[in-house]
Amino acid sequence: MNSLKTALAAAGALLVASAAHAEGELNIFNWGDYTNPELIKKFEAAYDVKVTVTDYDSNSTALAKVRAGGHGFDIVVPSANYVPIWIKEGLLLEARPDQMENFKNVDERWVGVAWDPGRHYTVPWQWGLTGIGVNTSVYKGDINTSAIFLDPPEELAGKINVAPERNDVMYAAIKYLGGEWCTDDKVLLKKVYDKLVAAKTKWLAMDYSVTEKLPSGDYSAVYYWNGAIMRSRLKNPDIAFGYPKEGFPFFMDSVAILKDAKNPENAKLFMNFIMDPENAALISDFAKYSNGIKGSGEFMDEALKTAPELNVPAEFEAAGAFIEPCSPEVMELYTRIWTDISK
Amino acid sequence: MAGKRHFDVRRQPGFAFVAMFSFFALYLPMALLVVYAFNAGDSLALWEGFSFRWFVSAWQNDTVQDATLRSVIIAVCAAVLATSAATMAALATTRTRPYRGQTFTYALINQPLMIPEIVTAVALLIVFSRIKVWTDYSGLGYLIAAHTAFCVPFAYLPIRARLESMDLSLEVAAADLYATPWKAFRYITLPLLRPGIIAGFMLAFVISLDDVVITEFVKSGGQDTLPTYMLGQLRRVVTPEINAIATVFLAFSVVIVTAFFLMTRKKT
Amino acid sequence: MQPHEVEQAAIRRGTMRRWLLSAPALVIIFLASFGPLFVMLAFSVLEKGDYGGVKPWTFSFDGWANVFFQHDIFTGELGFADAHLSIFWRSVRLSIITTALTLVLGFPTAYFIATRPRKTREIWVFLVTIPFWTNLLIRTFAMQEVIRNEGVINTVAMRLGMISEPIQIMYTDWAVLFGMTYVYLPLMVLPLYASMEKLDFRLVEAAYDLYANRFKVLRRIILPLTKPGIIAGSILVFIPSLGAYVTPRVLGGGKNMMLGNLIGLQFGKGNNWPLGAAISITLMVVVMVALLVYVRATARAGGDDRGR
Repeated sequence: MNSLKTALAAAGALLVASAAHAEGELNIFNWGDYTNPELIKKFEAAYDVKVTVTDYDSNSTALAKVRAGGHGFDIVVPSANYVPIWIKEGLLLEARPDQMENFKNVDERWVGVAWDPGRHYTVPWQWGLTGIGVNTSVYKGDINTSAIFLDPPEELAGKINVAPERNDVMYAAIKYLGGEWCTDDKVLLKKVYDKLVAAKTKWLAMDYSVTEKLPSGDYSAVYYWNGAIMRSRLKNPDIAFGYPKEGFPFFMDSVAILKDAKNPENAKLFMNFIMDPENAALISDFAKYSNGIKGSGEFMDEALKTAPELNVPAEFEAAGAFIEPCSPEVMELYTRIWTDISK
Repeated sequence: MAGKRHFDVRRQPGFAFVAMFSFFALYLPMALLVVYAFNAGDSLALWEGFSFRWFVSAWQNDTVQDATLRSVIIAVCAAVLATSAATMAALATTRTRPYRGQTFTYALINQPLMIPEIVTAVALLIVFSRIKVWTDYSGLGYLIAAHTAFCVPFAYLPIRARLESMDLSLEVAAADLYATPWKAFRYITLPLLRPGIIAGFMLAFVISLDDVVITEFVKSGGQDTLPTYMLGQLRRVVTPEINAIATVFLAFSVVIVTAFFLMTRKKT
Repeated sequence: MQPHEVEQAAIRRGTMRRWLLSAPALVIIFLASFGPLFVMLAFSVLEKGDYGGVKPWTFSFDGWANVFFQHDIFTGELGFADAHLSIFWRSVRLSIITTALTLVLGFPTAYFIATRPRKTREIWVFLVTIPFWTNLLIRTFAMQEVIRNEGVINTVAMRLGMISEPIQIMYTDWAVLFGMTYVYLPLMVLPLYASMEKLDFRLVEAAYDLYANRFKVLRRIILPLTKPGIIAGSILVFIPSLGAYVTPRVLGGGKNMMLGNLIGLQFGKGNNWPLGAAISITLMVVVMVALLVYVRATARAGGDDRGR
């Protein structure tokens, strides 16, 4: 009985405590397992601000929650294709990070971006790409192609895992068949559909557990994010990374401040803080993806600096592109195709 | 009585075997989980030697500890509230001639079961967000309320099943002996109902501990529970740290069971 | 007239008391589960927002129509939404098998527990629930270690020479079935136990006196007496299986959806909240009707024949 009372008292205390709102706070809403605790500790010590990090697991969940209101968050980290939606719906504060002190450190490549030209709203958090990971002890052919999972070679059939991401998969398939992203050409899309239906019979799974099952041999090939494939290679040196020459999607998650943030000043401090190369390196060290800050390389782990997965060779640079948000009609079409192949 | 026979009338052939198989099946994955909690490598599948590193890392991880504590607090509150409400409701809806609204009550109590979590989650997000804006209160109350609601049917069904198979004669006898309804309830019905209530409470507790989807949509800033924390890891990298936490939970529950066992022993 | 009115008043009081007793449960469910669903009802008849959500005050029945009928993606012809129907059928099939499997395993288990000496019964009940103190995701991961190609089942079977190649269980419907059976087994055992615990074994004894064999005793005495538990357990297993989300994704490999995943997609990347709302309301109505029919039928067929 006593322990019950203690628990109830503790619950009561928590109920009250979380309702309070003091000065010197910052509420970050970020992807799960993506924020380096050391980075947060460093920021807290430097500015005497109490930081709370809360996780989300998809862009749509984050958007739905913030749009509903009453969320209490200051900072959110949407992906490139979602940033324009956030801006259009009037959810973001025009914080003008381009006028901040540390903005000079941002790589020019990530300034004139399509989703936030000139960076009036957002600063880079991390970026990466979806590519091919192959166990070279199983397959020795060319791996710089989407054929690995769309027209799988005999050795790999039945041992392939594909990221369960509608956009990334549709993107690769459309490019592989010579189309452009956001196309609504029914003839081409029919080909895409047939290709995916045929390819899917040779896939083992569409799952997220790549860092576990690619090194262990459960999967022999994956179409997945580069950071995860790098982690796999560190566990099993037979894993090699391929850049699909037909076309592959980049992604970038960017830090933005919410319009109804309760602590916008602290949020701006945080924005400026992560544009410092030393701090940006902390972000990458933890989550194992590249950041967009010049000079952060020298503070990073040795393994990251030279990783073939993170440093795109010049010859493949042009094959990559960001997934733009298509019109709602086209997105609906893609969802229908996606549902149909997963039935 | 049974001693007169050559066999135990309770025995059914093969049942003990199936039961042992069930327990084996329930605990085999648990055993693997515990083994990999001591893995020196960061894999859940490749054994790389013995180490306590994941226990150390879980111990040093404030996020995990806060999330675990929060999960337990929510589960205890929700299970206590849900079991109390469900017990009352079960008493009201069983062992009676049909009354107006009985079917409605039954349907409403079981409603949370009938719809996938994501739907309740989105609906709650919309409603609770409004309330959060109006009242400026964004504490754990919302999560406890939501958890209590979906725990009620899980507590209600075993209690109701218990009540339905219960013998009325003792309560009638108590009433005949001029016991007040409260006394009859306290000294007759409640003790008889105990296994049902325990089953219901345990179910409600684990169901609350398990919830991901509704929590993900209802939680406010800084209210991650263990499952929502793990949901984030699911997309990236799952380490044996999770196993270490689970192992501690398991050890903790074994301690509770042992304590419970010793307690009931002393009483009788 | 007078006595009749008194009786009426007594019945009214009785009904009143029963309502008051169920009030806390009804209020909390209404506030935090059922009430908010009216939001869903509203969503299902609104036009979908461009990027999730709905457009307020723009009515549209597309959501409802699309549950069953859809224009073909490529030809534009209107036809049955066979993707939805096959996902629905798949979910129902897997859920029925899961319920049957948990019953086959759970009934003997609950019986075993109920026939233990009084003092140890509650310990066994705890033992059933202990694995479930660890959360669903961890349990599902642990299950993977049992059924994967290098997992326990395949390793042991190969060591014993029963098979030469590992059997691919992961990422098949079998994996989903095993996983759901594992996850939902206690939901079957606990209600069964609750109704068996008080089983009157004098009836069993009487049956043996009348020269019934063990099977007859099981079928004619034990099963009918534990019916409320079987009903409760089946409901608790069947309905959550229908909406299962994590197990099909992790063990099924996410290649084939179940209803939970389909609805999740509409509220997530699919950005079609009205369709998601309409599918879920359809599901809820189907389940509720089936449940009421089931409960009433089983109640009539002998739930109430215990000496009242």
